[in-house]
Order: sequence, then C-alpha cells, then structure tokens
Amino acid sequence: MAKIIPTRTPMREQEAHVRARNYEEVTYGYNIEEALAEAARCLDCAKPTCMPGCPVKIDIPGFIRHIREGNYQAAVDLIKQTNALPAITGRVCPQETQCEGVCVLTKKYEPVAIGRLERFVADWEAQQGPPPLPELPPPSGKKVAVAGSGPAGLTVAADLARMGHKVTIFEALHEAGGVLVYGIPEFRLPKAIVKREVDYVRALGVEIVTDFIVGNTATVDELLQEYDAVFLGVGAGLPWFLGIPGENLGGVYSANEYLTRANLMRAYRFPEYDTPIAMGERVVTIGGGNTAMDAARTALRLGAKESIIVYRRSRAEMPARQEEIHHAEQEGVQFYFLTTPVAFHGQNGRVTSLECLKNELGEPDASGRRRPVPVPNSNFHIEADVMVIAIGQSPSPIIAKTTPELATARNGTVVVDPKTMKTSKRGVFAGGDIITGGATVILAMGQAKTAALAIDEYLRTGTW
Amino acid sequence: MYEILHKQVLSATVKLMVVRAPLVARKAKAGQFVIVRNDERGERIPLTIADFDAEQGTITIIFQEVGKSTAQMGQFQVGDCFANVVGPLGHPTEIENYGKVVMVGGGVGIAPLFPITRALKQAGNHVISIIGARNRSLLFWEDRMRTYSDELIVCTDDGSYGRKALVTEPLKEILQTQAGIARVWAIGPAIMMKFVAAATEPFGVPTIVSLNTIMIDGTGMCGGCRVTFGDGGSQFVCVDGPEFDAHKVDWNLLLERMSFYREQEQRAYEQWKQHQCRLEQAAQTIERQAAHG
Ligand SMILES: Cc1cc2nc3c(=O)[nH]c(=O)nc-3n(C[C@H](O)[C@H](O)[C@H](O)COP(=O)(O)OP(=O)(O)OC[C@H]3O[C@@H](n4cnc5c(N)ncnc54)[C@H](O)[C@@H]3O)c2cc1C
Ligand code: SF4
Ligand code: FES
Repeated sequence: MAKIIPTRTPMREQEAHVRARNYEEVTYGYNIEEALAEAARCLDCAKPTCMPGCPVKIDIPGFIRHIREGNYQAAVDLIKQTNALPAITGRVCPQETQCEGVCVLTKKYEPVAIGRLERFVADWEAQQGPPPLPELPPPSGKKVAVAGSGPAGLTVAADLARMGHKVTIFEALHEAGGVLVYGIPEFRLPKAIVKREVDYVRALGVEIVTDFIVGNTATVDELLQEYDAVFLGVGAGLPWFLGIPGENLGGVYSANEYLTRANLMRAYRFPEYDTPIAMGERVVTIGGGNTAMDAARTALRLGAKESIIVYRRSRAEMPARQEEIHHAEQEGVQFYFLTTPVAFHGQNGRVTSLECLKNELGEPDASGRRRPVPVPNSNFHIEADVMVIAIGQSPSPIIAKTTPELATARNGTVVVDPKTMKTSKRGVFAGGDIITGGATVILAMGQAKTAALAIDEYLRTGTW
Repeated sequence: MYEILHKQVLSATVKLMVVRAPLVARKAKAGQFVIVRNDERGERIPLTIADFDAEQGTITIIFQEVGKSTAQMGQFQVGDCFANVVGPLGHPTEIENYGKVVMVGGGVGIAPLFPITRALKQAGNHVISIIGARNRSLLFWEDRMRTYSDELIVCTDDGSYGRKALVTEPLKEILQTQAGIARVWAIGPAIMMKFVAAATEPFGVPTIVSLNTIMIDGTGMCGGCRVTFGDGGSQFVCVDGPEFDAHKVDWNLLLERMSFYREQEQRAYEQWKQHQCRLEQAAQTIERQAAHG
C-alpha cells in the first residue's frame, strides 16, 4: 500500500494584504508538480468513501488515477460524465462537507484535496484551447425553452443540445451566468471561466436570449405554445431582510444588491462604469454564509478600512465554505459571533450604526444546532456607514404568480418529483435554487442533469 | 439590439424616443416600465413606457437629462441602439370607470401620466388634468393631455406660461369646490408627489403615485428599490408597484434614498462633460488640420 502523506500540498495564493485590495483571483491553483504530489496522496481505495459524498458521484479515485498517470484529458472526461462545470465546482464546492469530508484520510490526516485536483484538470483543459465540440446527433425537431442561465440552466441546455434538441435560454439580466456572474466575485471565480462555459453552450447551438423575463416578457403558458417543454432554472433571487427598524436607510444593502453592483455592474470601476456603490469606511455584513463572506471581502476591495461580520451563532456553525472563512480572516475581516442585530440607526437618511444584542447558546433547535438566545439588556452599537444583509434568499414569485398550475411550497420553492424534476404542470421541469432555495452550484448542476434525461424521455415518448 | 427609430425634443431637457423592442411592445400596458442600458458600461435605468405599438413592435420612452447616463442617452441619434431594453416591468395601472378623476403631472412626469389619462378617459371617466413645470420651456404635451381631458389646467412655477402656481394649488381648489372626486393620480418629481399626497389626504381622496426609485434588476432581486410604508413595512417598487397609495408612502425616507448617490453622480457627470468637451476640441483640431493640409 502506498505510504500515507499526512498533509495536503498547499495551494499558492496572493498574499492576504495584497489581495484584499485587488480583484484578481485569490488562489493560483496547482501546477503539474503540485497536482502530481497531491494525486500521489490518494490511496485509491477499493471502496472509496469520498464518492458517496459527492452529490453527483464523480469517480474520484478514477480521475485522480488518470492524473497520476499524466492523463489529464482522460481525467477531465471522466469528471465531465457527471459534472459539466468542474472548473467552477472545483473552486466553489463546499468540499469539506462533501467528498473531502468523507475521504478515508480525514479521520486522522488531512483529506486529499479533491476540489483542487478537479480544478487543476479543468484549468489544464482550458489551457489547451476551446473545448472540442462533440458530434451532435441529427436534430430531433423538438424545442425546449430554459428560463435562467445559472448553473442549472446552462447544464440542462448543454445536455439537451447534445441530445439533438433545439434549446433557447431566456435570461432576465443582460449577461448570462446567474449567481456565477452577479453574485460570486471575480476574486473567487474569474468571470472568464464562466464566459468559457457560456460560450461552450452557445457553440453547441443553444440560443441565449437576454433581457427576457419569463413571467413578464412571456408567460410559461405562452412559451409552451411554441416549445415542447420548459425548464425553470431561475434560482432563488428574492433577498431576505431582517424586518428591523431602520432597514431602509441609505447605505443598507441586501447582499444581492451590493454584490450585483460590484460584480455584474462593475461598480468598483466607477465612474468608468456608470453604476455607483457606497464605498464605506467601515462596512458591517450580517450573516455567516458564502454570500456574507463575499460581501465582507468585496468591501475590503472597495476600499473599506474595516470590514466586520455579524453572525448570530458561533464560528463552527457558519455555513460558508471553510476556505472562504479562512481567507476572510486572513484578509482582516473581523467577526462578531453570537450577535443579533435589532435596529439600524442613522442620520439624514443614512445609516450610521447597527444596534445589536449579545447571544448565549441555548437548547438545540430543529437544525440540531444550539439555538442562539439573546441576553436581555446586552445592547451595544457597531458604527459603520455601509451595512450588507446576507441572511438568505428564496425564489422570486414572478413565475409562480403568472403560472397558475405550478405547485409551490410555503417558502416559495417550486415542487418537483426529485427523480425527474417534473413540476405539477405538464411539460414543465425545474431544478436548482428554485426548488431548494439558496443551495449550491453542484446541486443545481446535478438536478439539471437529472432533468435533462427526463425531458429527453418526455420529448421522445410524449408521456408525462 | 434596440434601435432608435424616432427622436423628438420635447422640452429643454426632455427627449422622446421610439425604440424597437417587439417583445416588450407585445405585452406592455399603461403604467408599466422598462429598464434601459445605454452601452456595455451603462447602468440600468428604469423608464416608464410612455406609449407602445404592438404591431410596429415599438415602445416610446421619455427621459429628462439629469446626469451622465441620461445626457449620454440624449446624444443618441436615430439609427443608434441601446444595449438593453427589458420589460415590461411592474403592475399595469388599474383602469376602471371611477367617475371623476384628477390627473396631476409635473415636468417629465407628464409623459407617463399621458397613457393613463388616455386610458381613463376611454374608460368613461370625467378627467380633470393639471400639468406643470418650472417654466414654459420645460412643458410639453399640453395638446395631447387636452385631447383626453374634460378640463386642463396648466401652470408654471415662474408664471412664464399658464397660471403661476405649483400644481398643488389648483388641485386643492378643485378638492374644495368640486364634490365627488373619486381618485387622484400624481406623477412627477418625488417632492411634488409628496405635496400632492399631503394636499389630498385631508379630503380622504384615494391618491395613486408612480414611484421612480433607484433600481438595478427590476425583478425583485436586489431590493434596492424598496420603500417604507406608513405601517413600517417595505415594498419593492419594481414588483409591488410602481403605483402605490400615496398616503402610505414614507416620503422623507424615499427622498433621502433617492438622493443617496448624488455626490458620486455629480462627479461622474462633470467628468463626462469635460471629456465631451475635449472630444469636441480634438474633433475641431482635426478639422482645422484637414482644412490646412
Ligand atoms: C454570493 C453568493 C455566493 C455563493 N457561493 C457559493 C459557493 O461558494 N459554492 C456554491 O456551491 N454555491 C454558492 N452559492 C450558491 C449558488 O450560486 C447557487 O446555488 C446556484 O447558482 C444556483 O444555480 P441556479 O442555476 O439554480 O440559479 P442562479 O445561479 O440563481 O441563476 C438563475 C438565473 O435565472 C435568472 N432569472 C431569474 N428570474 C428569471 C425569470 N423570471 N426569467 C428569466 N430569467 C430569470 C437570473 O437572473 C439568473 O441569471 C452562492 C450564492 C451567492 C448568492
Ligand atoms: S464536484 Fe464537488 S463534491 Fe464532487 S468531487 Fe468535485 S469538489 Fe467534491
Ligand atoms: S430593482 Fe431590484 S428589487 Fe426592485
């Protein structure tokens, strides 16, 4: 058996104090030597424990074996059998709770850096030039409309195009990519990578129509008159607010607005780009997920002297990827744990401070985590001129409101049969954050793959 | 691309454009709006659909040049294209026969008020309209408004045309002297709508305003357009509006939110004007050199 190498090969990254002021990608990714060193750590288990941890069941030891043999193209091809977007998921998957969390090495040592290896082969492939186009089957004569161009929409479109169907993606914004372009910042996921995926989908013959809001520009029923099936991949775009006093003061943003201004609208290059953003001296972000980390780190890059995260539970409960929390700490983001906001205060319509209560940990709640309980009279103020609310989001009601037969759950998510992604409405499928609420890229991608198979079957058989 | 088919100067700062946007035109209704982006670096600007023609596949937008983006838009000529036009957004106006209604339009707000006025008139309402602007050169569409109004009052702040008054003055007189005003619509600068709301409130006349807050997506995704209501709750102008009960809006907070980026916007506008100047000088130099050469 191979000798165990206890620690993983480090990934080179920009120094924290330098990168906190620029928009370039934080990490550089492995070079070939580093990838080979890391690949050598995989024990190539007979019964790999990592695979069940991957939501799309990538043959992990298999692709790592190909890397060890220097067969990078074979490695990517194997991954792409179940994961269409490895350059993206290799960067943004919460590996510590998925594949790497259940790697056999994890109990005693550091797990194999599966995500970094996945990224390595995907980036290697990108360097070889545009991806070769598969030979497409003869046109089936069937047409599918896809609403939304996030990971779910792009994946279902690519799969259906490869099956010979004519696909049109309708995207509400002026650029394709969903959260990958408007939410996740450039320093974590370079937009060139997303563009490459979008270009590939176009090269497969998929038409992408931007400036088209399904529900407004045309309803689902109107699309069904022209298309044989519709896939809804419109994500969970409705931001939650806290519902506390002062929330509508100037300088209080939802994370969606803050990140959309900075990323999609390039407000960090104002006035060269036309969209402004408040360049706070001190910025407070409320929340503990990836979105909160992205906002707090964006604030530093926009020039904030201090960036503070307020989270109602403790560090261990933060849902963000470990790597993002670690990077945020390195860059100097400060954390106020066990803290609950109760009011925003301001002057002349602009926010100046956040009033908070301190929490203690009480009994476990429905999620199994200990419930944060506010301590009476523990009020204190955090002064800041920009506040960002990053506490979650649910699907926008636009499509549900304009599609009467579409069943939704109480939280606004669209109800589907998880085996086929069929909704309650004939000919309409859904996947991604619209059915789960804010989740992950890999889940959205996986559901889209399931949907593509079911859509293909429906198009061929006509049975629902 | 969204081609400009027709351009018209309505007043010193207000321009009208007819734009090819067939998908929007097909679905548009009075009271709805679009979001427009000038070019690849542009911001997303909400503008009311002032008119639309489903058969021709066109919509009419009207805008006032108040900053860099709208000034740049004003320089676009017939044949030029906007990078993006998306819509229709928001709820359409609820058109019914209410009886007697008063329509109040200020400045560029006369443009979005017009299709609502026309629809209300066609639905059988008795329409009294009041339109106003700072001065004569900023006033437009008196003729159009007259066509669909049973009575029309025109005012200017400086008295250069029509009655020298703010639009709220004739409005108050009408409310005092005429019984049975069923509804008031007011569209114009936020400050005007605030005062219209204050004027009609004592009379208990339902008053509808169309808000034009700062927006990004226009689909409920960013919350940047949100406004506070009397009971402390929030609404998103883009999806819950753009029309609201004027008596419930927290006007002071709305005005403050709308001016949040004023400094940055002014800086961008100044820089752009300087840049335009330099471009013009450069063009003149080249022309001179060509003439001499
Ligand atoms: C800031 C941020 C950071 C994140 N970080 C991570 C991370 O590190 N790792 C991870 O795995 N996940 C992360 N996520 C979650 C992940 O991005 C989402 O789970 C994923 O993008 C969902 O994909 P989707 O295709 O369902 O929807 P989206 O990516 O949301 O795409 C939906 C698209 O549909 C469009 N749309 C909406 N309504 C309409 C309509 N009516 N008509 C037409 N188009 C419409 C939207 O404009 C959008 O482009 C993050 C999310 C955010 C917001
Ligand atoms: S897709 Fe995500 S979970 Fe699956 S192997 Fe790659 S990094 Fe791990
Ligand atoms: S404009 Fe973004 S939510 Fe209204």
